[in-house]
Amino acid sequence: MTTPTLSPALLLRALPDALRKLDPRTLWRNPVMLIVEIGAAWTTVLAVTDPSVFAWLIVAWLWLTVLFANLAEAVAEGRGKAQADSLRRARRDTMARRLTGDGEETVAASELRQGDRVVVEAGEVVPGDGDVVEGIASVDESAITGESAPVIRESGGDRSAVTGGTRVLSDRVVVEITQRPGESFVDRMIALVEGASRQKTPNEIALNILLAALTVIFLLAVATLQPMAIYAKGGNPGVPDTVALDGDGITGVVLVSLVVCLIPTTIGALLSAIGIAGMDRLVQRNVLAMSGRAVEAAGDVDTLLLDKTGTITLGDRRASAFVPVGGVGDKELADAAHLSSLADETPEGRSVVAFAREHHGLPERSPDELAGAVWVPFSAQTRMSGVDVDGRTLRKGAAAAVADWVRASGGDVPAELAALVDGVSASGGTPLVVGEAADGAARVLGVVHLKDVVKDGMRERFDRMRRMGIRTVMITGDNPVTAQAIAAEAGVDDFLAEARPEDKLALIRKEQEGGRLVAMTGDGTNDAPALAKADVGVAMNTGTSAAKEAGNMVDLDSDPTKLIEIVEIGKQLLITRGALTTFSIANDVAKYFAIVPALFTAVYPGLAALNVMRLHSPQSAILSAVVFNALVIVALIPLALRGVRYRPGGAAGLLSRNLSVYGLGGVVVPFAGIKLIDLVVQFLPGMS
Amino acid sequence: MSNDVAGIVFVGSLVLALAVVYRPLGDHMYRVYAGTRHARVERVLYRLIGVRPDAEQGWAAYARSVLAFSAVGILFLYLFQRVQQWLLLSLGFDAVKPDQAWNTAVSFVTNTNWQSYSGESTMGHLVQMAGLAVQNFVSAAVGMCVAIALVRGFARRKSAQLGNFWVDLVRGTLRILLPIAFVGAVLLIAGGVVQNFGGGDVVRGLGGGQQVIPGGPVASQEVIKVLGTNGGGFYNANSAHPFENGTAWTNWLQIFLILLIPFSLCRTFGRMVGQNRQGYAIAAVMGVIALVSVGLTAVFQALHHGTVPVAVGAATEGVEARFGVVDSAVFAAATTLTSTGAVDSFHDSYTSLGGMMTMINMMLGEVAPGGTGSGLYGMLVLAVLTVFVAGLMVGRTPEYLGKKIGAREVKLAAACFLVTPLLVLTGTAAAMATESGRAGMLNDGAHGFSEVLYAFTSASNNNGSAFAGLTVNTVWYDTALGLCMALGRFLPIVFVLALAGSLARQGHAPASEGTLPTHRPQFVGMVVGVTVVLVALTFLPALALGPLAEGIHS
Repeated sequence: MTTPTLSPALLLRALPDALRKLDPRTLWRNPVMLIVEIGAAWTTVLAVTDPSVFAWLIVAWLWLTVLFANLAEAVAEGRGKAQADSLRRARRDTMARRLTGDGEETVAASELRQGDRVVVEAGEVVPGDGDVVEGIASVDESAITGESAPVIRESGGDRSAVTGGTRVLSDRVVVEITQRPGESFVDRMIALVEGASRQKTPNEIALNILLAALTVIFLLAVATLQPMAIYAKGGNPGVPDTVALDGDGITGVVLVSLVVCLIPTTIGALLSAIGIAGMDRLVQRNVLAMSGRAVEAAGDVDTLLLDKTGTITLGDRRASAFVPVGGVGDKELADAAHLSSLADETPEGRSVVAFAREHHGLPERSPDELAGAVWVPFSAQTRMSGVDVDGRTLRKGAAAAVADWVRASGGDVPAELAALVDGVSASGGTPLVVGEAADGAARVLGVVHLKDVVKDGMRERFDRMRRMGIRTVMITGDNPVTAQAIAAEAGVDDFLAEARPEDKLALIRKEQEGGRLVAMTGDGTNDAPALAKADVGVAMNTGTSAAKEAGNMVDLDSDPTKLIEIVEIGKQLLITRGALTTFSIANDVAKYFAIVPALFTAVYPGLAALNVMRLHSPQSAILSAVVFNALVIVALIPLALRGVRYRPGGAAGLLSRNLSVYGLGGVVVPFAGIKLIDLVVQFLPGMS
Repeated sequence: MSNDVAGIVFVGSLVLALAVVYRPLGDHMYRVYAGTRHARVERVLYRLIGVRPDAEQGWAAYARSVLAFSAVGILFLYLFQRVQQWLLLSLGFDAVKPDQAWNTAVSFVTNTNWQSYSGESTMGHLVQMAGLAVQNFVSAAVGMCVAIALVRGFARRKSAQLGNFWVDLVRGTLRILLPIAFVGAVLLIAGGVVQNFGGGDVVRGLGGGQQVIPGGPVASQEVIKVLGTNGGGFYNANSAHPFENGTAWTNWLQIFLILLIPFSLCRTFGRMVGQNRQGYAIAAVMGVIALVSVGLTAVFQALHHGTVPVAVGAATEGVEARFGVVDSAVFAAATTLTSTGAVDSFHDSYTSLGGMMTMINMMLGEVAPGGTGSGLYGMLVLAVLTVFVAGLMVGRTPEYLGKKIGAREVKLAAACFLVTPLLVLTGTAAAMATESGRAGMLNDGAHGFSEVLYAFTSASNNNGSAFAGLTVNTVWYDTALGLCMALGRFLPIVFVLALAGSLARQGHAPASEGTLPTHRPQFVGMVVGVTVVLVALTFLPALALGPLAEGIHS
């Protein structure tokens, strides 16, 4: 899902909202822009009482400055609104079939309470968030996730959660409602993407304090300048009044221009747009952050906890080698393994079949082809699968189980088997043993080496994390030896083996006590406490309601590796704020060089030397500074929405790059910009 | 040896000497404040003032102690001056008038040492020694206490305590200031600084007229004047007086003593937070600003375009001939970069731009290296602000020394930074707007304005040097500047201690590859940049109407 950062249509659509935001009752949340608005109002009064072209031009551009700031916010919000509209369509009022003691009744979905049980059948829309307590069904969740492939939802286990607004495609389920009326997941999503429930995040608050302090300094610098200017003017009675300075000091219009140019309007105008756009970028990647605070925390994360299965490795173990025992040939073992696994429907069994086919050239066979064969599917009790055919009995399964079976069938287990099995275990793999019994004799044929397969590209991702200063910890239920091997292969920094849910929680607690911020993903109910404890807890949308409730983000794609992208988005958000703040402050240097000589050159001609840009006249200098100040807001809206480009790497390099672009650039750009504007505005009337 | 070479040797030898003592003195101060043993004399003192030396204080209690101690100091010094005519060694001087006594009391307790009086004709020996000199010691020690409390805030984890003010005060005075002052005083006496209780020497001047040059316990007060970055001279001429500052090498020694503790405290800071390189980084920030400032002052003095400066090769007006232009410029920079305010030449007579440099030095907040203690805490506040602005650009909530810089920290640091510009600008504006303010001006136009701006800059930053030319022993200026001194000292102290408390309460976030490194040249450059840009943006309009208007000729 990509939308262009900024298009003329988007700007136009945002315009009415931007005008509405001129209301001081809305604007008071943004003190910097409120000051600009007050200044604009005051200069309007001054321009009415004492009209001049210069005054009216300044008035117009001051109002435009406020409008541009509102526009930035409105555009950022507008992009969320489109998303919200499509969600609203999913929420349209549905009827629910509520179960009562002795039957069912039809009620409006909005009347459902927590704990109510409803029936949903194929073709019907799930009336509210809840857990499946009976049955299994395929569900179309595209209204929420945008993903058209249906998903399976079933009672019990970690795939029981259903979301209101999704459609059941097959079968019949009973859902226990877990939401309160009006607080459904979709309701929350709408509020989030619209920014209605947007609260300032901790870092945003801190930045606002800094901006307020800077504003106070500049207000003070300008207010106290007045008596000083009156004194300077009074001491030089021969100097004629100018548009900037007369016997009463600096004129009101120019005084306001000076304040507006100096206070940090650029970042003040864009700050909330940056925050909204940051949330929006997450939404674009199908991640819902329940609070801006969580997005910010994502940028600060020090430790990532990643479940091994499904995140680092593909879900299941796969056959990676056949190791024959004694004089058994490769081909013979492969054939036996293949045959004995045909009836094994577990992923491991299927992988043995696939491996035999791909690496040993065995033909595709199906159980039906072999007449008279008795298939023994894998069971948890026997821990073996196999086949009885042509007087041969083949078994494949857990090492101990097959060894026992061989012995029971009258065969011997060679000593080298133990060594082979231990070797496979030591390398992090799982050994399966293949055995054969025929004519009253039994023997061990060999070992199948099952291995976890690390997903492609994981090592590169973890290297990138390391360069960002983030430690990755793999969580697995495997024994330490297996865990060690996979950790080394995937390139994670650390691992937690034989982990139980409470171990996970303890690890998070330990990391946090060391001052580190922890992020994790989870989907099961037993992940919920850890998700709640983690600073960034991303719940999978396929997970249980408890998990989704506990985490502070939900990934609608249920892709655990997305955590890495979330971290990058969090960092990008902070970088964008810092970069634009630096840019905004650095801009002031050039504005001083435009305005200060314009104010006082008449009284102290030497100050003309400060007019390094050689601006046309005091009027054109002041107007150019004000115009630049307004235009730079518009110019930076795309950057605020898109975010500063983030390249993973160490802090020092990142800082050098951003400092040279936004610090140095912030000093240099306005000199050029103001000069260019001056070249144009000098031809306006009233500029000399 | 040409003048330029002499100047470079003078500055170079100072840098070298400071580098040599940086480690030993910094380590000594670390041991003083970190130690747990009390000397016997200290135990006696604790019993006398009734404090339990092993009980620590939270930030609020620490701040209350600082304020109470200073309030008592002001009251005592005020009364002392008001009754001096009845005291021993009064030399027959009358009681100091009330507004001047208030101004002087505040001035010495706040480590400012702004003098609206002339020492040798106003104060008796007892007031000088038991009143002013004592405050010279303890006001310096108070500054160090606050700095150490802030550093403890960075160093401690999940703690509500910042140490014990009374212990820090006593130790700083007895174990750091007194020993160095003793050695320094002996050296100064060897260099010709007087130390006696005599009434003065009668000499016959070149013109044949008789004149009395008063003597007194000068050396003992002189050494702490510079060591404690106080600046209040025994004589009105301050360090330009041969009895205060006899030769070129005592001039060197005085500058060295001024810079000694403020620079070495960076080492103490590094030791306390467990990373010496953090101390080097802060020292480097101070060093860079100081060297650039010294260089610019000297250049402006040497290259002025006036008729006389061009004829003699440099701006020599107001410069003590024994020291020359460059050495005087270095002294002027050192005294304004710290909160000293002693002078060996007259800043009012400097070239407009040279004089502006002394103002800018103070406007920087006196952080390079600043006053004893106050320099370090001022610089750390700027470092916190720098970390906040620039630290965001690495994509993390800004952290400094493992402490997160959140809303509360920014609020306190910004408030601390705001105080002095607020006082300087409103003070100057008030002076220009009122009849009583303008009445004290000797000159009019841009130069007269510079004199007022300088006075408020000096008082609010607790410097104490004067641009001269302004008549300040009026009720209006005594009161206004006294208020600036008191608020300019104690408001930042309260904010700094609150910041320390907030930092100490936090845990410690370990550094990683993703953390902004705060010990590299990159960070040093950033703090210098932020400091200079913030100050330039705050004061440029005012400077444009004063020294810039006067000094730039197109």
